[in-house]
Amino acid sequence: MATSFLPRRPAVRFNRRQITLLSIALCTLFLVAIVFSNRFVGDTGLDPALTQRNQPPSLAHLFGTDWLGRDMLTRSLHGMSLSVRVGLLAAGFSAIIGTGLGLMAGTLGGKVDAVITWIIDVFFSLPHLVLLIMISFAIGGGTKGVIIAVALTHWTSLARIIRAETLQVNSSDYVQLSYKFGRSPFWIARHHMLPHVIPQLLVGLILLFPHAILHEAALSFIGIGLSPHTPAIGIILAESMRNLSTGYWWVGVLPGLLLLLAVQAFDTLGENVRALIDPKTSQG
Amino acid sequence: MQLGIAAFMLRKLLRLALLLIAVAIFSFVLISLSPIDPIDAYVGADMLQISPEQRDIIAQRWGLDQPMMTRFILWLRQLASGNLGTSIIFNQPVSTVIGSRFQTSLQMLAIAWLISGALGLAMGVVAGARAGSWLDRAIRFYAYTLAASPTFWVALLLLLVFSVSLKITPICCATPPGVLTRDVTVWQRLHHLILPAATLSLIGVANIALHTRQKLIEVLNSDYVLFARAQGESLVGIIRHHGLRNIILPALTLQFASLSELFGGSVLAEQVFSYPGLGKATVEAALRSDVPLLVGIVFFSALFVYTGNLIADLTYQIVDPRIRIGKSS
Repeated sequence: MATSFLPRRPAVRFNRRQITLLSIALCTLFLVAIVFSNRFVGDTGLDPALTQRNQPPSLAHLFGTDWLGRDMLTRSLHGMSLSVRVGLLAAGFSAIIGTGLGLMAGTLGGKVDAVITWIIDVFFSLPHLVLLIMISFAIGGGTKGVIIAVALTHWTSLARIIRAETLQVNSSDYVQLSYKFGRSPFWIARHHMLPHVIPQLLVGLILLFPHAILHEAALSFIGIGLSPHTPAIGIILAESMRNLSTGYWWVGVLPGLLLLLAVQAFDTLGENVRALIDPKTSQG
Repeated sequence: MQLGIAAFMLRKLLRLALLLIAVAIFSFVLISLSPIDPIDAYVGADMLQISPEQRDIIAQRWGLDQPMMTRFILWLRQLASGNLGTSIIFNQPVSTVIGSRFQTSLQMLAIAWLISGALGLAMGVVAGARAGSWLDRAIRFYAYTLAASPTFWVALLLLLVFSVSLKITPICCATPPGVLTRDVTVWQRLHHLILPAATLSLIGVANIALHTRQKLIEVLNSDYVLFARAQGESLVGIIRHHGLRNIILPALTLQFASLSELFGGSVLAEQVFSYPGLGKATVEAALRSDVPLLVGIVFFSALFVYTGNLIADLTYQIVDPRIRIGKSS
């Protein structure tokens, strides 16, 4: 009760911008920690320890151990690190395709625009997962298959945004003047459009990651993604399916939770970067 | 008016034809570029037992010695006459396999679609009407979390809780094991599709709830709602008379557009619950290199999503008196 006589310190309150920056920092930190976690955790947890099979979560093994006595936390972190790296690569390629086609459609217009818009429509009218399965099957599965499949299916929404933005800039005076000076469409795309769409590109890229990671995990879970010998998060979850009826719940629940957290961190990061960049909300 | 509908349908059919041609080109190029050798895939384990001459005979019989363009046109001709080929793993025409598998999936998809739509709309309305309250926060938290969670993991959780721990739902399949198809009761079927349908409903709710909430807040901040309030209209009355009319249209479009995601989700959910529907067939076709079936499913899914969007367009015309076919363009 003694404390009540002391002057109350005013509760620390942040304004919206500070909260946005704080969330960006926290999410980035979390994701960087996940990517590099496999270096810190080391490989010892990956070795089978048959004396410690199927241990429930405890202080020694926060995520428990699996049927070979491997530490699930180590495995999950290794898997997440791999998944995030594969997701980053796939989303990066996807963003390149999306930006390239979006810029082309917006700058060249006419028939090129019509064809690209139509391709986008075609991609939108196929279920993503079916397309992913088809592409990664045709490429022969494996890490390469997953990356190409995710890259080829996720560019459409970004291309749409970039195209709309480019069309808007294309009609502005300075771009029209540039055409009158005899600049080629490619020069204009490179010097006028690209700098203009970078904010959208950045947000679009960050928001691509969660989808890429989820779909990578889904493909691996089905069995046509990463090789079953790699400790990817989808593989771990697929393995846990076998032990489901035995009551070892932690083998499936906790790695999935980690995946969920990583995906949400990316989502939050993307939304906050958007809030920071977008002039409508950045002042608040 | 009659002419308007005919022109509308004609335009839609033309688009569908273009879409299917695009899908045909895409799948053909993809499969041709693939490193998987069709003869190896067909021969399978007997690969060591056949001579190069026999391989050539198979290649000739299948027209694999023809140039790519000829093969494509031959294939397209078969497709146009409705022949999707024979599934390798089921040893039946692809259309038969897809037909029977889709029938099994359809009940599940329909239930999941209806529940997610109704529940999502209700949650969105509640969250929007009480924006900023703890209920709104809870619904938003739920929607954001579910939007970020992997479908197969949610399915796994449900399976753990309801089938393994509580033992109130079956652990797999569409019918009890060891029972003939004709002896399975409707109740048993429903019992088996509860969990897959619940998984898809839980996930499908997120999008529509968030969208409805946003839309309702917009409506509630409008001038005409302010006026209605001034006249003494209650919140329930405002939602009924002003809110729902504005919400229902975009919600319908969204829900029909979500058929694509629902189809993708069913692949994962069916995989977890071993539900023998079309989604499971997709995975089996990919894992066991059944190219005809896989291509058939890609075609079917395109058709499925397209039909969904078409129905959305048509309901728009019926629900919204402002839009009438023929007038719009």
